[in-house]
Order: sequence, then structure tokens, then C-alpha cells
Amino acid sequence: MIKIQNAQVLHQIQEDLKRSYDPNQKIITICAGTGCRGYGCIKVKDALEAELSKHNLNVEIRATGCFGFCEKGPLVVIYPEKIFYQQVKVNDVKDIVEKTVAKGEILEKLLYRDPNTKETVLKEEDVPFYKKQLRLVFGSNGIIDPTRIESYITIGGYSALAKALTEMNPEGIINEIKKASLRGRGGGGFQAGTKWEGCRKAHGSPKYIIANGDEGDPGAYMDRSLMEGNPHSIVEGMIIGAYAIGASHGYIYVRNEYPLAVIHLTMAIESAREAGLLGKNILGSGFDFDISINKGGGAFVCGESSALFASIEGRAGEPRAKYVHAVEKGLWDKPTVLNNVETWANVPLIINNGADWYASIGTEKSKGTKIFSLVGKINNTGLVEVPMGMTLREIIYDIGGGIPNGRKFKAVQTGGPSGGCIPESLLDLPVDFDKLYEVGSMMGSGGMIVMDDRSCMVDVAKYFLSFLQEESCGKCVPCREGIRRMREILEDICAGKGQEGDIELLEKIATGVADGSLCALGSSAPNPVLSTLRYFRDEYDAHIKEHRCPAGVCKALITYSIDAGKCTGCTLCSKVCPVQAISGEKKKAHTIDNDKCTRCGACFESCKFDAINVK
Amino acid sequence: MTKASSIAAKTKEIVKKHGKDKSALIAVLQDIQESFNYLPKDALKTAGKALGVPFSRVYEVATFYTAFSLKPRGEHIVKICMGTACHVRGAAAIQDKMERTLCIKPGETTPDNKFSLETVNCVGACALGPVVVIDTEYHGQMTMNKVDKVIGKFKGEGE
Repeated sequence: MIKIQNAQVLHQIQEDLKRSYDPNQKIITICAGTGCRGYGCIKVKDALEAELSKHNLNVEIRATGCFGFCEKGPLVVIYPEKIFYQQVKVNDVKDIVEKTVAKGEILEKLLYRDPNTKETVLKEEDVPFYKKQLRLVFGSNGIIDPTRIESYITIGGYSALAKALTEMNPEGIINEIKKASLRGRGGGGFQAGTKWEGCRKAHGSPKYIIANGDEGDPGAYMDRSLMEGNPHSIVEGMIIGAYAIGASHGYIYVRNEYPLAVIHLTMAIESAREAGLLGKNILGSGFDFDISINKGGGAFVCGESSALFASIEGRAGEPRAKYVHAVEKGLWDKPTVLNNVETWANVPLIINNGADWYASIGTEKSKGTKIFSLVGKINNTGLVEVPMGMTLREIIYDIGGGIPNGRKFKAVQTGGPSGGCIPESLLDLPVDFDKLYEVGSMMGSGGMIVMDDRSCMVDVAKYFLSFLQEESCGKCVPCREGIRRMREILEDICAGKGQEGDIELLEKIATGVADGSLCALGSSAPNPVLSTLRYFRDEYDAHIKEHRCPAGVCKALITYSIDAGKCTGCTLCSKVCPVQAISGEKKKAHTIDNDKCTRCGACFESCKFDAINVK
Repeated sequence: MTKASSIAAKTKEIVKKHGKDKSALIAVLQDIQESFNYLPKDALKTAGKALGVPFSRVYEVATFYTAFSLKPRGEHIVKICMGTACHVRGAAAIQDKMERTLCIKPGETTPDNKFSLETVNCVGACALGPVVVIDTEYHGQMTMNKVDKVIGKFKGEGE
């Protein structure tokens, strides 16, 4: 990429790139996000390349970022017809090339089949999973090659930056962000414009901006998919923010577990630097700004702003009390703005289309869209981007396709470990920052973990508290000791040793932990317990009073037995049992010795006749 | 060159690459771990001296972040995803089974140095849950039955 001297040149390059793009050109895009890579999409891509060259077909294969429909990966789209193939395997490649690419024939077996109507769907946009989404931030993921800056520029990339540098002044940009009412996508939902304004007005230099890509919430991976699939949108948003605030350097803090995101972000930064979009005198405006990448060390608490600063400074990630805000004294005690990567990726959209357009999407106090990672006991696992205010029911049933195996919905957990579980009675809740908070949960970074009737809510609360206890940095006592004690009580309840008064004690400790902890990790840690107590108290009671786990999860409270009527005596269960607790003659019903049984569930998993009961 | 001096030489090279900047301590430790598969004590001492960071602070950072290991790790790193989505899909049972198969607990290495077992908070491949990542390879939709097969594949190497 040549160095782009000014905004006009960028515009010219954009026009040239668009003109050279033939809308009828045959292109095959293949999702190369981490999920699809797990399914083996790179092998499919290699096979496609080999097959195409075998047939002397000159077709571009573009490995893109995550398409979002992770459930059905590896995903392939053939342009210009936009034929959407799912669950593509290496064996399918020959047919794709010989039939679809060469002759335009459609391969029915690779199309998405609507499980309700049993009809196949040809195009991506007609698949129910995508139909109700509004993919403003995430939509380009499936089109662009994240490793090539030209690909981003072709779809209008960096025009928001050009507009900001040539047509707007810093105050104007901040006003636009404030007017758009962009709220932080990382958890708190704080007004980004207010933060920016505070930092711009703060004394001290240099000023810093940071993109928080330390996506620690288990079950959430939208930030990773953005960093992997559209890194330039984050970089562009950061440059605009830096110009508005007057920052000279930016950092992107990426979670340790995301190697591909680091590679793509590094490439994006290098190519932006080469193109004169980062570094000295950006687009001839006289504005200097650069970005570096910091890799995290696998500590959840580093998603907290002051802990993240400590980590960038090369120290252990312990938070500090925040009586002085980060916009005044943040990284190295200098004015700092920290926003989540998804927040930064929203900035170019607002600058390009205007605050009024942005504010027309969403609810009264939550504007724009939000990307959620819809995971757990759900048919269509994946990343979904919807306007704020869509109901949980629409997200889970219309987009997510409901609960697998015809089981019953029990709860959806939002907001990561500090969030809460929302019951069926609240499924018609419109999802936005404030509504989720009202029902005892929160937006968090956008994780949505769906649970069915086989998920034990006490176990889930215990799971989150174990997680938080591990991840507590240990600096302040309420968090360090309080979470530990709550986890111990929950462990006792799950082990059948719960006592009268445990629930009241949990509630009491929860108040102490929430009020007394230094940072948000501690102060929100009781949420999983409080929200499950609020909506699923009967399950706690069943554990404590009746020594029973209604969902059949807590090992100490369940027993496995064999339904003699269904058992065919195939002996599979006795073979997989690690403690030889199952006995019986071939072709005759087997029995389980409950004294020997360790409740590992191996027999339950292996039985093909549904003959193992859990109670 | 002795083992200790070669560790020191490599560490100095890494520190130099990061410009002897104190704030680069975490990045330096990440590079050391990538070179040696763990953080050797000699490397930590050398890095501390070269960066002008007291050894106590180096130790603090090396033990604070879970990505670092002070013990040598096995040839293959088996990571069980314990994310929420994997948890509700039965990751705990997979962990139990993996512990039985490898005869080690998370954080330990098999006596033949072949496998180290770790649990991670979330690898963000929730559609594949429960997920086990061995080195860089993802194994999705794990079942207890599949654990033996997957590990068996690695055990069979070179035989």
C-alpha cells in the first residue's frame, strides 16, 4: 500500500478500488474465524484452492473473519449469487467446484435447512438466524479480508477518519458521539462521549487511549471476532477518538488466549502505518498518533480499567481505588480513555452516518446495536448483532432457534460472571443496558448463555463464584474472603450438606462483598448468587431441605439407575464404567451398584437406548 | 555453553528486543515462556537485572498471571475449556475423564513429560463446546468417549 498523503488521495484510491471491483466476479468467501478453524475450515480452503487450480478456474478465495453462525461451520459463500453453504467438508469441495462454481448448479445437501419448515434456504440473508439481525458493526466481517487494508478501504474504510480530520474539529467529534449517545460496550455502559470530553479537558500530557480487548467473560467472543475479522474498524475508531481527545498514543490490550487476533491486529497496524493512517502527520493533517499491542497474561481482573493500566505498565494487574477517574489520571497517571473494542468499532459508523441516524436505532437510553454471543443450550450457537431493545424471546427463539432436543428453557445468563440469570417469565424483556440491570443482571460485554431444564442453578452460581474466587486478585479482603466463603456455602449445598440459614447467610455476605470491595469484580461478584436466589429459590430449597438436585447435576444428590424395560443388555455401559459399578449378563438388563458408582455420567453418555435414568 | 549461560544469553536477547523497557516485563516473560516452554529461574533473574526490576517484582508478575508456568511443561499442552457454555454442556465430566485418562490433575505434567493438563476460562469456540484444545488444535463436541481416542492419537506418535 502506498502512503496516502491526504483525504483526497484516500477518496481517489477508494473510487479506483470500487471501480476495479466487478460485481459479477466470482468470489468464494470462507469463514476463517477461530470457531470455523476448529471445525477444520483451513483444510477446506486448501482443498478449494487445489481443486480450482486443477480445473484452471480463476476464482478468488477469500478467508474472512467470523460470519457469526458458528453452529453450522465451516461456512462458505459463493458470490455473486451469494449461495450459502454450511457444514462444508473437504469431501464436498469437488462438487462445489465442478457443479456450483463451474456450472452454477446448487448443492441441496449443503444448503441450510429450516428445521421447522424443512425447506432449504439459498442465500445467507434469508437464513432465519440472520434475518432478524441488524449487522452494522459485524456485517463486514464476512466480506472483507482482514489481512488486507485494501479490502477494508474498498468498502469505505477510513472515510470516517478522513471526514473527522478534514471536516470536523475535536469538539465537534465529541459532540457527535455524545449526541449519538454511544455507551461503552464493555460492561458498564458509561457514555463514551462524556468520557472523551473529560479526558480532552483534563490537564496533563501525553494523553492515552486504550482499546480493551481483554474479553474475559467466559462464553463471550464477539470482541475476538471483531479483532480477528475487522481489525481496521477498531484502529479507525481509535484514531478518530485520539484526534478528538488529543491523545498521542494508543494501546490495544488483547487477551492471551487470542493469538489470531494479535496477528491480524498487528498486520492492520503495520499496514495502516505504511499507508500513512498511523504515525506522523496522518493524512496530511498534522496529527500524530500511533498504536501498540499488549498481550494479556490470562487474568480476568485485567478487564478492569485500573488493573489493565497496571498490566500495561508491566505490573501485576491489581486494581486501585478510583476516587480519581482514569480520564484525569489513568495509564502512568496520565489522562486516559479506555473503551472496549466494540465501542471503538462503532465510532466510524457514527462519524460516517451521523449521530441522528445512530440515535434512531435502539431504545430511549441505549442506542445502536449490540453484538451478543448466543451460546450454551441453544440450537444456533453464534454471534448475533441486533438493535438494542429486541426481546430475549426474539433473540433466543427467532434467531437462536430455541433449545436443542426439545428440552425446556430455564434461564439465560447475561453479563458474564458478574451478571445474572434471567428466568422464563422475563423472556419478553427488551434487552438494553437499563432493562437488564433492573432485573438483576447486566449487559456486560454481551455474553448470553442459555440454560435448559438440565442446568442446575445452584451449580451455575457455584461455577461463577469458583471462577471469581480464582480470578480475584486478592488485594481487598471483602472480595478475597467473601467470595471464598460464599463459594464454600454453595459447595456444601451442592454436596447435600446445606443447612437452614445458609441462604440468609449468603445474602448477608453478598451485601458485604458488594459494598466493601474495591473494584467491580468484587462489587458485582454476588450477582450470580443473588439473581439465582431471586428467581430460582425453589431449587436452593430442594437442595437444602429435600437433598435433591431437580436438574440432575449435583453429584452428591443424584443416583443413576437402569430402566430394565429399555435396557437391551448391550454391555456398553459396563464397558465404559471406570469403577466397574455396572453388572449384568449380555442381552439382559443391567444394574448399577450405587455404592461403587462415582456419578461420572459415562454410562449415561454412552447408552444408545435412553435406558439410564438420573434422579 | 552451559545450560544456565545459554538461558541467560537467550533472555538478554529477548530483553534487548523489547528495548530494556521496564513496562515490557510481561511481554519479556511471554517471550521467555515461548522460548523455553516455561519460565526458568535463571531467565527470571537475568530478565530482572537487565530490566532493572527487582527479582521480587518479577516473581510477583510471574505468579500473578495464569499464563505463566514456573515448572517445565509437557510436550503437549492439553487445555480444557471451562467457559460457561462448555460448563453447561458438561465440561466438568470431560475434565474428570481427562484426569483419569492422563492420571494427572490440572497444573500437572505426566511423568513421561508427554502431556500437561490445564484448564482455561474460555477459548471462545462455544459452538464446539465442550472444547479441548491440544497445543493449537481444537477438539470440539467432546464426549468422555472421545477423550481416550484423542489422547490415544497423541500417545501413538512415533511408535
